[in-house]
Amino acid sequence: MHIRVEHLCKRFGSFAAVDDVSFDVEDGSLVALLGPSGSGKSTLLRILAGLESADSGNVWFDDEPATDLHARMRGVGFVFQHYALFRHLTVEQNVGFGLSVRGVSKEATAKKVKELLQLTGLAGLEQRFPSQLSGGQRQRVALARALAPEPKLLLLDEPFGAVDAKVREELRQWLRRLHDEVGVTSIFVTHDQEEAFAVSDRVLVVHRGRIEQNGAPMEILDSPATEFVARFVGEVNVFPAVVRAGVAQAGKLEVRVQGEHGPGESHLVIRAYDLKLWREEPGIATVQRVVTFGDRVRVQALVDGAGPIIAQFPRRSSLLKGVEPGCRVQIDVTTARAYPAQASSLYPLPAT
Amino acid sequence: MKSVAYALTPTRSERIARSFVVLYIAALVALPLLALVVFGTSDGLVALAAALRSPLARSALWLTLWTSVLVGILDVLLGVATAWVLVRYEFPGRAAISALVDLPLAIPTLVAGMMLATLYGAHSWIGSNLDAAGMPVMFAAPGILLALLFVTLPFVIRAVEPVLLEIDPAEEEAARMLGAGPWRTFRTVFLPAIAPAAISAGIRSVGRALGEFGAIVIVAGNIPFRTLTAPVYIFGEIESGEPRSAAAVSVLLLAVALGLHSLAGTIEKHTGARHG
Repeated sequence: MHIRVEHLCKRFGSFAAVDDVSFDVEDGSLVALLGPSGSGKSTLLRILAGLESADSGNVWFDDEPATDLHARMRGVGFVFQHYALFRHLTVEQNVGFGLSVRGVSKEATAKKVKELLQLTGLAGLEQRFPSQLSGGQRQRVALARALAPEPKLLLLDEPFGAVDAKVREELRQWLRRLHDEVGVTSIFVTHDQEEAFAVSDRVLVVHRGRIEQNGAPMEILDSPATEFVARFVGEVNVFPAVVRAGVAQAGKLEVRVQGEHGPGESHLVIRAYDLKLWREEPGIATVQRVVTFGDRVRVQALVDGAGPIIAQFPRRSSLLKGVEPGCRVQIDVTTARAYPAQASSLYPLPAT
Repeated sequence: MKSVAYALTPTRSERIARSFVVLYIAALVALPLLALVVFGTSDGLVALAAALRSPLARSALWLTLWTSVLVGILDVLLGVATAWVLVRYEFPGRAAISALVDLPLAIPTLVAGMMLATLYGAHSWIGSNLDAAGMPVMFAAPGILLALLFVTLPFVIRAVEPVLLEIDPAEEEAARMLGAGPWRTFRTVFLPAIAPAAISAGIRSVGRALGEFGAIVIVAGNIPFRTLTAPVYIFGEIESGEPRSAAAVSVLLLAVALGLHSLAGTIEKHTGARHG
């Protein structure tokens, strides 16, 4: 189903949860609404589901107006963050609920339920109650339940937020395969950029109730439209800088930059993996800490006249030779962008 | 490990405190219970049955049983409805209504009876009009039912409220998203959750109603074969020097009450385990 959202607004008191949002979702695609908590992405999803009403703006499903359609009538599947399974019903009854409500015959329901339990790898658990399942299993039951009435649109609210890291990774890959198999247009909300990029065809970055950027994952990674997007996707360094003739200067650091910016003060944004450093005297920075995370090494250094900078390397990188706390290093930035330093662009760094 | 065991070994004063508690509870509850059972059955079960065969005793017991069970059923229905409204809707006066729900527990039951008698008595406007319309409340079954509803009001409401609060709103939304109407949603999401609490509290209401004396004694008028309930009958038998028949009816009420108590306990325990 093709979804069109036009100038959607929703306020809670004086707080604008959704602020003039417009976008399109192609039929059959898998789209992520990515943003920090409180950005309005869940409210947006709930408006699409009909669980919240918009103050103004319109929603179209396949060019049919859906703005005032009751949640029951939308033909939308919804997967809740904490599963929201019916705890007094078995797995089988949970999955079959949407069908039996619609008066589908017992035989047809049983057949569909069996099919979905196969698809979601839950065969054999038909008679269990939700309390007897693991988090990952519950989430798959929730998905099977949402898919049973064959919705034209599937909405998922932080679908993997409540399961542990390892299961989350498995569920992500599984969701992508499932989507490719079933082909239902899907929109999911997440605050985890890795999840958004790993699973979706398109990512909408949401911030303060607005869409900051709408693009393919690579587009968002390679050319973040705003400073917020640049800071939100991946670990970055930000320096106040002066840009002249396409070169930004922050202390001893001089970097050729992309991006539009006016003549005034700019913010230079450098991703932690878009820079190289190596031991060199006199260099432009002093190493403070070297921390190893599995396959990666994180180096924290102090740039003369600019402040702390963080760089990430593969664990075995030859550049790391001799790099240790206290030594001097030279820095070479491969890619960086500059954004106008307006007051409104001084976002707090997202918690990681 | 040893030091832990040592640390948990009771000291002498703890042992004294423990013995005192055991003796206190035994003397206060178990002993009088035992005394009644022994006295009531001392002439054998045949004599007990004979005492219960008295037409007046039987009519009093029957009146108490049917009014108590009816009140239990009404409490479940009205209590669930009240809890539902109090939990789910914001409306002016909600806090006041919620406070009023607990009041019957604080009011002496005899005073509660007095309140009803004042409102519905023959001298009041309501009472005289109801009497004229042929629907008397005072000295009739409706008065007994009102008095019992009054004293058992909070039980079901206060048992169901926390269960309703605990239900994840997303479960209701999930049912709606899957196409369920309000009634189907209630049956799927809410009813199974609140039913055990409502039923066990309803049973406790019945247990409470069985023994109610204070609220009824003024309202019912205690007319033999018509509005004389079992507790008032027991009191009357004692007053007129018939401890045997009083004990017989008491033993029967005791048996029913204990049966209800253990039934309610079983429901609570069983559902507590399932939610864990």
